[in-house]
Amino acid sequence: MATDITTTASAPELFDPAHAEINKYDFRTQTKGVFKARKGLDREIVAQISEMKGEPAWMRDFRLKSLEIFESKPMPKWGGRISLDFQDVYYYLKPTDHQGKSWDDVPAEIKETFDRLGIPEAEKKFLAGVKAQFESEVVYGSLQEDLARQGVIFTDTDTALREHGDLLREHFGTVIPPSDNKFAALNSAVWSGGSFIYVPKGLSIEFPLQAYFRINAESMGQFERTLILVDEGAKVHYVEGCTAPMYSTESLHSAVVEIKVMRGARCRYTTIQNWANNIYNLVTKRAMAYQDAMMEWIDGNLGSRLTMKYPAVYMMEPGARGEILSIAFASAGQHQDAGAKLVHCAPHTSGRIISKSISKNGGRASYRGLVKVEKGAVKSKSNVVCDALILDSKSRSDTYPYIEIDEQDVSIGHEASVSRIGEEQLFYLTSRGLTEAEASTMIVSGFIEPLVKELPMEYAVEMNRLIELQMEGSVG
Amino acid sequence: MKRNENAPAETLSISDLHVAVEGKPILRGVTMQIRRGETHALMGPNGSGKSTLGLAIMGHPNYEVTSGSIKIDGVDLLELSPDERARQGVFMAFQRPMAIPGVKMADFLRHATTNVRNPNRKEGEELIPMREFRKELKAKMDQLKIDQEFARRYVNDGFSGGEMKRAEILQMAMLQPRFAILDETDSGLDADAVRLASQSIAEIRGGQMGILIITHHERLLEHNPPDVTHVMLGGRIVETGGPELAAELHKHGFDRVRADHPEAAAEERAMAEAETVEGAA
Repeated sequence: MATDITTTASAPELFDPAHAEINKYDFRTQTKGVFKARKGLDREIVAQISEMKGEPAWMRDFRLKSLEIFESKPMPKWGGRISLDFQDVYYYLKPTDHQGKSWDDVPAEIKETFDRLGIPEAEKKFLAGVKAQFESEVVYGSLQEDLARQGVIFTDTDTALREHGDLLREHFGTVIPPSDNKFAALNSAVWSGGSFIYVPKGLSIEFPLQAYFRINAESMGQFERTLILVDEGAKVHYVEGCTAPMYSTESLHSAVVEIKVMRGARCRYTTIQNWANNIYNLVTKRAMAYQDAMMEWIDGNLGSRLTMKYPAVYMMEPGARGEILSIAFASAGQHQDAGAKLVHCAPHTSGRIISKSISKNGGRASYRGLVKVEKGAVKSKSNVVCDALILDSKSRSDTYPYIEIDEQDVSIGHEASVSRIGEEQLFYLTSRGLTEAEASTMIVSGFIEPLVKELPMEYAVEMNRLIELQMEGSVG
Repeated sequence: MKRNENAPAETLSISDLHVAVEGKPILRGVTMQIRRGETHALMGPNGSGKSTLGLAIMGHPNYEVTSGSIKIDGVDLLELSPDERARQGVFMAFQRPMAIPGVKMADFLRHATTNVRNPNRKEGEELIPMREFRKELKAKMDQLKIDQEFARRYVNDGFSGGEMKRAEILQMAMLQPRFAILDETDSGLDADAVRLASQSIAEIRGGQMGILIITHHERLLEHNPPDVTHVMLGGRIVETGGPELAAELHKHGFDRVRADHPEAAAEERAMAEAETVEGAA
């Protein structure tokens, strides 16, 4: 149907006007010339997305098959409450004019937050959606060339599909098949954007690769799809996202991240996300670690209406290791259902989960985690530590640890603690001249310090500033 | 008299102070005047209300002042929150300091020192410049013979009893209060450590600080001989004297005091029994 692709000259509607009330970052945009698929989800829409991107037939078929799976799967019965009409969502918007929004349209509150976080001008515009891509080509162009010379591929996933089709065809959807869960199926059907990284054998990239190094990146997508392949003995640290509030008029975001860490390789994946309050952020992240490989997830979640995200490491071969550090901060109207999964599929594998959650002002933070030891994975070791800090009596914290062990000779540990900011701690700090607000912020910063110190320096600084912002007005 | 005659004649005045915890009266009319530069020793059996007095002066939210007043030269401390009292130059070295995991001593102290030195600082305003602060902290740590590594450790987290007490003295050295309450700063320390603490306190105060030392040990007073000794029993000050009173109590204990003040001794027993019943319940 020719009318399926429409060119609109007017402001796109918010897909759910009811959310406009709670979305403090909401603002209407005068977007010119945006191609968008009509609302809703069916075979036509999915085929159209694939066609507009000029994709090979196998990807189109993959998408269509995924749609069938999505339709056949019921909504998850656990986690948070999701009230969404899937037929009332735009699944694909292709910006044709990169100057769609004007900086003047960005709300003062957002600009102020950017200023207070100390975000550089160019990056601010990218984050505010004014620029569809971060103006990084000049700065990072030479870096990109260097990497390319060494055989590294680092691009957005759409470009990767055009330029490295064989690699994608071999690995895409093999770590997280569409049948894994309803939202992985949804992403598989309608994905756009995301990063593709290939690090060749033995190459160690010593600085963190960041999402905005990418050239030709589409802006923060709703349905990002990331695939990272770390070949034998290679090493990479990928940093995604940013601590500035990300806002969008679309409130369903569902990403998939797949990683393969081959024999003796190392991969660290760091994300800090701070979504606006209207967002459902439903993400599937999984890595497979092969012999003696090491996979680390560092995952920070702030904001959103509901986040459901459980980065996983499947330890496929002996000697594989997995480590997941997770921080969640839930404030008013927010539910963080976050956690981690460790799956021991081979002997002599070891894993560790450290989760820290903070809830305040009526927010709810849940830890949901799985440790699974498959038959035959003898001498496996796993340790889980989850600590929750509750700042007031309106707020809530839950812990849902799942442990499935099919082998005898293993060592599994689980510790959980829940604490409230102690009156005695507050008194101690205030007796030294700190205000009650400063004291609370200091206690919270100390609580997450073990994770923050694992972040790259600039992220650690931003994270601490962000906690200060989140803590403002939380006392008295 | 160790008092520096040139010290400003500022006075911490406690007048007929009554304090209750969870509705139970603990202090029953305490009056005391401490001038800057003076040393007061506060002695008494366990449970007589000594720590309560300190915590009430500092403004602990669970210690309710039911009547009486605490003032510094007309400034009513009871109107002020604990942080405001700290900014007025009041300090308490705690018997059991709280651990604040993940917060480095140096960061905490830089924040606290900034606030106390600039009482009008607004939240979010600049802290003392890092270099300047580090230099000062290092000097103080050297003076107190505290290892530099201390500054990078988390506040009281995993500290030994002795380390905690030295950390409290370090904080006092940095904050330079006008009035300090030292609540059993000697408990948990061995003889040498108490001597070092006593010496350190004497150095830090330099004749400018009014201090109230709550102690059971003579050694802490070694370098800080009391100008005034108070004896507390059953929530009241029952005797006040000079250094000779402290010496007598160290030697002979509190039996003579109890015998001379039967009414206060009866209240002490009642308080102790109430505690026991509560503990058993």
